[in-house]
Amino acid sequence: MIIHHPILGPRDSQEFVYLGDASLMNRPDGLTAGIEAFHDYLYNRDNPAGEHRELWYHEQGDRSWLVVTRNTVTHEIVRVELARDVAKAAGRTK
Amino acid sequence: MTQQNRISGGQIDRSRTLRFTFDGVAYAGHPGDTLASALLANGVRLMGRSFKYHRPRGPLSAGSEEPNALVELRAGARQEPNTRATVAELFDGLEARSQNRWPSLAFDALAINDRLNTFFTAGFYYKTFMWPASFWEKVYEPIIRRAAGLGSLSRQEDPDSYDKGFLHCDLIVIGAGPAGLMAALAAGRAGARVILADEDFRPGGRLNAETLTVGGKPGAEWAAEAAAELSAMPNVRIMLRTTVIGAFDHGIYGAVERVSDHLPVPPEGKPRQTLWRIYARRALLAGGATERPIAFENNDRPGIMLAGAMRTYANRYAVRVGESCAIFTNNDDGLRTATDLQAKGVDVVAVIDARSEGALLPGIRHLKGADVIDADGRLGLRSITIRHAGGRTETVPVTALGVSGGWNPNVNIASHHRARPVWNEGIQAFVPGEGGPPGLSAAGAAAGVMSTHGALTSGQQAAMAALGDLGIRASAGTVPDAEDAPVSITPKWYVNSGKGRAWIDPQNDVTVKDIKLAHKENFTSVEHMKRYTTLGMATDQGKTGNVLGLAIMAGLTGQTIPETGTTVYRPPYTPVAMGALAGRSRGKEFKPFRLTPSHKWAEEQGAVFVEVGMWLRTQWLPKPGETHWRQSVDREVLATRKSVGICDVTTLGKIDIQGTDAGAFLDRVYCNTFSTLAVGRCRYGLMLREDGMVFDDGTTARMGENEYVMTTTTANAVTVFRHLEYCRQVLWPEMDVQLISTTEAWAQFSVAGPNARRLLQKVVDQDISDAAFPYMAAGSITIGGLRARLFRISFSGELAYEIAVPTRYGDALIRRLVEEGREFDAVVYGTEALGVMRVEKGHVAGNELNGQSTALNMGLGKMVSKKKDSIGMVLSQREGMNDPDGYRLVGVKPVDPTATLTAGSHFLEIGAAPVIANDGGWLTSKVHSPHLGCDIALGYLKAGDQKIGRRMRAVNLLAGTETEVEIVSPHFFDPEGERLRG
Repeated sequence: MIIHHPILGPRDSQEFVYLGDASLMNRPDGLTAGIEAFHDYLYNRDNPAGEHRELWYHEQGDRSWLVVTRNTVTHEIVRVELARDVAKAAGRTK
Repeated sequence: MTQQNRISGGQIDRSRTLRFTFDGVAYAGHPGDTLASALLANGVRLMGRSFKYHRPRGPLSAGSEEPNALVELRAGARQEPNTRATVAELFDGLEARSQNRWPSLAFDALAINDRLNTFFTAGFYYKTFMWPASFWEKVYEPIIRRAAGLGSLSRQEDPDSYDKGFLHCDLIVIGAGPAGLMAALAAGRAGARVILADEDFRPGGRLNAETLTVGGKPGAEWAAEAAAELSAMPNVRIMLRTTVIGAFDHGIYGAVERVSDHLPVPPEGKPRQTLWRIYARRALLAGGATERPIAFENNDRPGIMLAGAMRTYANRYAVRVGESCAIFTNNDDGLRTATDLQAKGVDVVAVIDARSEGALLPGIRHLKGADVIDADGRLGLRSITIRHAGGRTETVPVTALGVSGGWNPNVNIASHHRARPVWNEGIQAFVPGEGGPPGLSAAGAAAGVMSTHGALTSGQQAAMAALGDLGIRASAGTVPDAEDAPVSITPKWYVNSGKGRAWIDPQNDVTVKDIKLAHKENFTSVEHMKRYTTLGMATDQGKTGNVLGLAIMAGLTGQTIPETGTTVYRPPYTPVAMGALAGRSRGKEFKPFRLTPSHKWAEEQGAVFVEVGMWLRTQWLPKPGETHWRQSVDREVLATRKSVGICDVTTLGKIDIQGTDAGAFLDRVYCNTFSTLAVGRCRYGLMLREDGMVFDDGTTARMGENEYVMTTTTANAVTVFRHLEYCRQVLWPEMDVQLISTTEAWAQFSVAGPNARRLLQKVVDQDISDAAFPYMAAGSITIGGLRARLFRISFSGELAYEIAVPTRYGDALIRRLVEEGREFDAVVYGTEALGVMRVEKGHVAGNELNGQSTALNMGLGKMVSKKKDSIGMVLSQREGMNDPDGYRLVGVKPVDPTATLTAGSHFLEIGAAPVIANDGGWLTSKVHSPHLGCDIALGYLKAGDQKIGRRMRAVNLLAGTETEVEIVSPHFFDPEGERLRG
């Protein structure tokens, strides 16, 4: 697979490490959310046949975490974003 | 040595003779021959034995689809099993041997299987070897392993090298037949970057095997000229002997180039094979078609082959398969073999045409509406039995029979992304369907366009379309004149006659009967049928037999062939040697070692090394006279505890963490607090995963207001860094915190023992007295002006420091420490002594940090702060992870101090049976403590904190050991920590 890194251009997927569903960025606040919320956050995932937003890490590269939107049926990659930008846009701060 | 079956013409170089042997017998051939063509030229039809029944077999084909003629090539370390004789290029001195036979190819003892065939029908593994269960491992499997399998391995290391390479192109053309050459010409002339790959050693595809003309000249000549024009283009790369094995994601194609397979030994500096990864913007499959047989009784006799292959042997290799031959066909292409052979002067005894209609061939006995119903000649065809249209049978002596059941387009690569090929009624075959690899199209016979003119035209058109997609301007050239005959075929899959066996998949010995049995037992889906009968498995993957099998199944179920469908096509297209997949990643290059800064010094001392992750670390350093590792390790431990020891701890991960939020960041990633740590101090930190399990531990120092240095375990250095980047970029993107891995930037040594300070004070420039540099102090110092870092931390329980210098000074520092340490009898200790001292002290390490243990399990539950949010804090509070009777870290001593403990032993109450229900936990780490004079261990014991002082048994059923033990505190040594504060 080839991942079009937003900064570095097309890179072979062998340079990356895969983590999983990009919903992992929606971590609840540990001081206000309880076990149920964290359980749901950590373990409950959609498993779509189709477009899937997922986290990839450019370990053999610039160490960027990316949000890659990939079709799980065709492996087509329709969008690649810096995870930091996606997280900020989603309102994540400190 | 007579080459009695060599006929006129062909694309072989008769001016040179190549000598080779098969099963020790010497033969001769010519450049341009394959092993199979040269053997056939010498009258050798018998080349192998089948997998299951050990039936004598000759080649079925003249190409990579070959199921039968599998041989071993070469000798010694280069011995190579399961090579298809039909694609093995002949070279002078080639040694080949038949396989899967004993004692000889002509007389094979296991041919008895053929007589026992009623036991070996479809599913025989599942039915026959079911009972008794214990027989599987001891009786059945060894027998099957000996009887089955094809070639054998040399069991020596491959002396050749294999490479991997990367290529980029606008268009990859797979197959250099008429369609592929025409496509490459169109794209090459337009200036596109083109790769033209073909598995053959000669470009041209079927043009080399036919007598057809292209543009008024022999097809092979046209192909050679086209290839010459392409070779002269700087933007075109022709890759012969190169098989495209698969279409992978995003336009990546895998290809194996057999660089030196056609030579006795690879030339100096050349690999045996190269595995190419080709990044192509567009791809064109022009891989041609593969002929399929018609099944009839005993259709696997040596001398019976595909009609198109027989034509290839005659036209390309100038070989007749036998003196007298017959053709059995259901289509016009089979007739072409008859006329070509006759033109070459081969005696064509009869053409048995399953079709009733159509014109008769002039000058040949052409039997309409007839079938071949049997063949005779166990080691080589002697005669066939014909059933005429009226039902009368006739036995005709022949030594060769060409069979054609039609041609299957090679849809494999177009079907690699789970695309399903679609049925084409006109040619009675599957053609590429929708949904294949994006950017790939097909042309020529691979697309079901079976005439030469059609192939040339479709190749050009497909290339033009691909170039159009890429915005490359190209003009259509003239398509040369060539035959444009329509396909005339009447489907015929097998001949229904008698009780005998008719082969569909000769390699796996799958017969029409097996398909019928699978149907009877309800394995009717093609995927079930494949696995139940083994149809289409092994080296040929059913290239000739699959469509036959599913067509017969369709007939039995009453479904149509497209309803029945095909199995999924997967890479590789043809078998790939493990060496090619490994490339240069062999031996040391497979897993290179990382060496510590003290490695060279340790090597000079005769140290024993151990692999720790990617690192090679000193395990212990034997002194002269020490004959057992325990002597060295005990000495290192005792000397360290008595005076001072030095250990290279560079392999621990080091991460510099800087930024105004660095402290707050550490509070989030460690379960304990770091923002309150004073500058110049360090603290032990415990890192959890979000699920509440312990991830890693280490010591982190605050070097400045906004600057920390974290250490991680050796094993988790990479994953912790990855995790921290994740936290920083994904979870808390606004935090001002920066990370850099400095694991390899600093050489770090532990200096431990009562004399550690005295030794270090000789080396460092600053005052490191207890008042100036107390326990858990950290800071930047200098060694003779050289910048260094000092941490007063202890893993051994002794007064200890870790001192770090820039890596390039690591070798100098170990030598200096050893030199300065002489007056204290300082030792250098390895990982074993390190392990002994940490177990004596009750510190957790890899065996306890097993990814399934919580802070509570480790006795560190109080470290998890609930006053702040941190990774894993919430889920560590789950009920199941806070069971008061759950596992707790304990120390273990044998009741009898001379008894030995075994790591991995399970805790059982005295008198309890060794069953899972009574399992109390297990010993994680065991060492011999020279300080205590006995074995000691750490372990996880259920409710262990309530069982201190209790006697239990440590039972290891695998090792067959049982020891009565006492459960004690994990802190065996200096539990109050007075020594390390000294």
